[in-house]
Amino acid sequence: MECERCHQRPATVHLTEIINNEKRTMRLCEQCARELQAQAMGFFPQINLHNFLAGLLHNEFGFPTTGPTVAPAGARCEACGLTEAQFARQGLLGCGECYRYFGPRLEPVFRRIHGNTCHTGKVPERTGGKVRVINRLERLKAQLREAISREEFERAAELRDAIRELEKELQEG
Amino acid sequence: MSIRETVNNPHSHWMDGTGPESDIVISSRVRVARNLAHLPFPHLLSREKAEDVIHAVQTAIENRVFREKMGKMELTRMNELTPVERQILVEKHLISPDLLEDFERKAVVLRDDEVLSVMVNEEDHLRLQCLLPGLQLNRAWELVSRLDDGLEATLDYAFDEKLGYLTACPTNVGTGLRASVMLHLPGLVMVNQIKGVLGTITKLGLTVRGLYGEGTEAKGNLFQVSNQVTLGQAEEDIIANLISVTRQLLGQERAAREALYRERREQLEDRVGRAYGLLKHARVMTSDEAMSLFSDLRLGIDMGIIKNIPAPLIIELMVLTRPAFLVKVTGKDLSPVERDIYRAQLIRKKLSAAQQS
Ligand SMILES: [Zn+2]
Ligand SMILES: [Zn+2]
Repeated sequence: MECERCHQRPATVHLTEIINNEKRTMRLCEQCARELQAQAMGFFPQINLHNFLAGLLHNEFGFPTTGPTVAPAGARCEACGLTEAQFARQGLLGCGECYRYFGPRLEPVFRRIHGNTCHTGKVPERTGGKVRVINRLERLKAQLREAISREEFERAAELRDAIRELEKELQEG
Repeated sequence: MSIRETVNNPHSHWMDGTGPESDIVISSRVRVARNLAHLPFPHLLSREKAEDVIHAVQTAIENRVFREKMGKMELTRMNELTPVERQILVEKHLISPDLLEDFERKAVVLRDDEVLSVMVNEEDHLRLQCLLPGLQLNRAWELVSRLDDGLEATLDYAFDEKLGYLTACPTNVGTGLRASVMLHLPGLVMVNQIKGVLGTITKLGLTVRGLYGEGTEAKGNLFQVSNQVTLGQAEEDIIANLISVTRQLLGQERAAREALYRERREQLEDRVGRAYGLLKHARVMTSDEAMSLFSDLRLGIDMGIIKNIPAPLIIELMVLTRPAFLVKVTGKDLSPVERDIYRAQLIRKKLSAAQQS
């Protein structure tokens, strides 16, 4: 049996780990076992997340997660060449474009992992462009509604000005 | 501090013991994953393109505006370091062990004070990290975000309007954010409540990890709590959730310690005293044994049972007695038995020095 971490050397060591009350045994080669053991607190192996993901992909995509893959059917990313089968095996996408090529099939995976399919956080300052302004606008509008409901009218007036300013910015593009 | 000084000095700012709640929260860490647009992710990257990424990062940190904003940061290719030096960066938690694999194509960027670092070509092109002592997640996010803005001023990130920051692993997509706290929870372990408490936490969208040895006890009673979800929640919300859960844990750990002191004071003092005695006098010490004794001694210090040892020294010892540092200190390769002997020696020396000062 090959090592679950490097997939190169034979597995000779069993490492048991307990995460979230769930016990898991990893079959590792000696070198990988040593590397994992040598880790101090702070950086715990990310293997589990990958294995967990591989399990998900196995269900969603219907590909075997280990061993040789027969007939790599399905989509392939035109930018980096990654196939669905490769993705299902490694749990890693090949490039940013992969998200577009595998899009519809990734959605259920996102929902399972994150319970969500839409980003609502930070947007790059320079290249985020319009999205950034729109997000900011939405936040300000929510704050405005809150200010009005709390009858903080001075604050509401400030917010209204800021919203007008941004809307102008958006129109001028 | 140059990278040489970093690998020569076992101490890092995150070990200071200066942050809020530092009797229980050892450190706060925020990490974000970023990738450059139009390039394959690192695991599919050719040698030349990997070099392009390193070069782009080097240019970004040398940019005048970046330096005015962030100060001087130094990029070091992993192949410029010796194996021991590379391992030391892991033991100091400045890089992940993954950066050691296939290290020819990887690099690290460090700020002088070791608070901020960037791993280049790990699982993602860039992984920005901030590590601070105590409970300072908001501050850590603020610093990482500023570093992020500084880099983004010259680097084009892979970003999607709907999905956010694109990452090699779909478990990181969206914010790319992993926030975590390292907690020392000996009280909850001793009163046998740890399982229930941690089980509850995982129901709140957080992950708890301990480093387990052969038994079922986490080594050194250290637990890492981090967020699991990265898509669909704003960074501030993820962090606020983690802080509020951490505060609840702090309350429960303190209650457990008080109960122990009230109801099992002799046993507690005995346990702390024995740990102190062993650490002061043992001649051979494995790393597992050391970790568990460090935990007991640290608890004794936090509860005022031991008075002449500063608490941060224990964290420093945890790092200093890791294998790579022992090799560094002794200047030679060590067999496991030799390592255990040197470890015991070093602990004795450090503890007696602390007592005298
Ligand atoms: Zn291996
Ligand atoms: Zn691709």
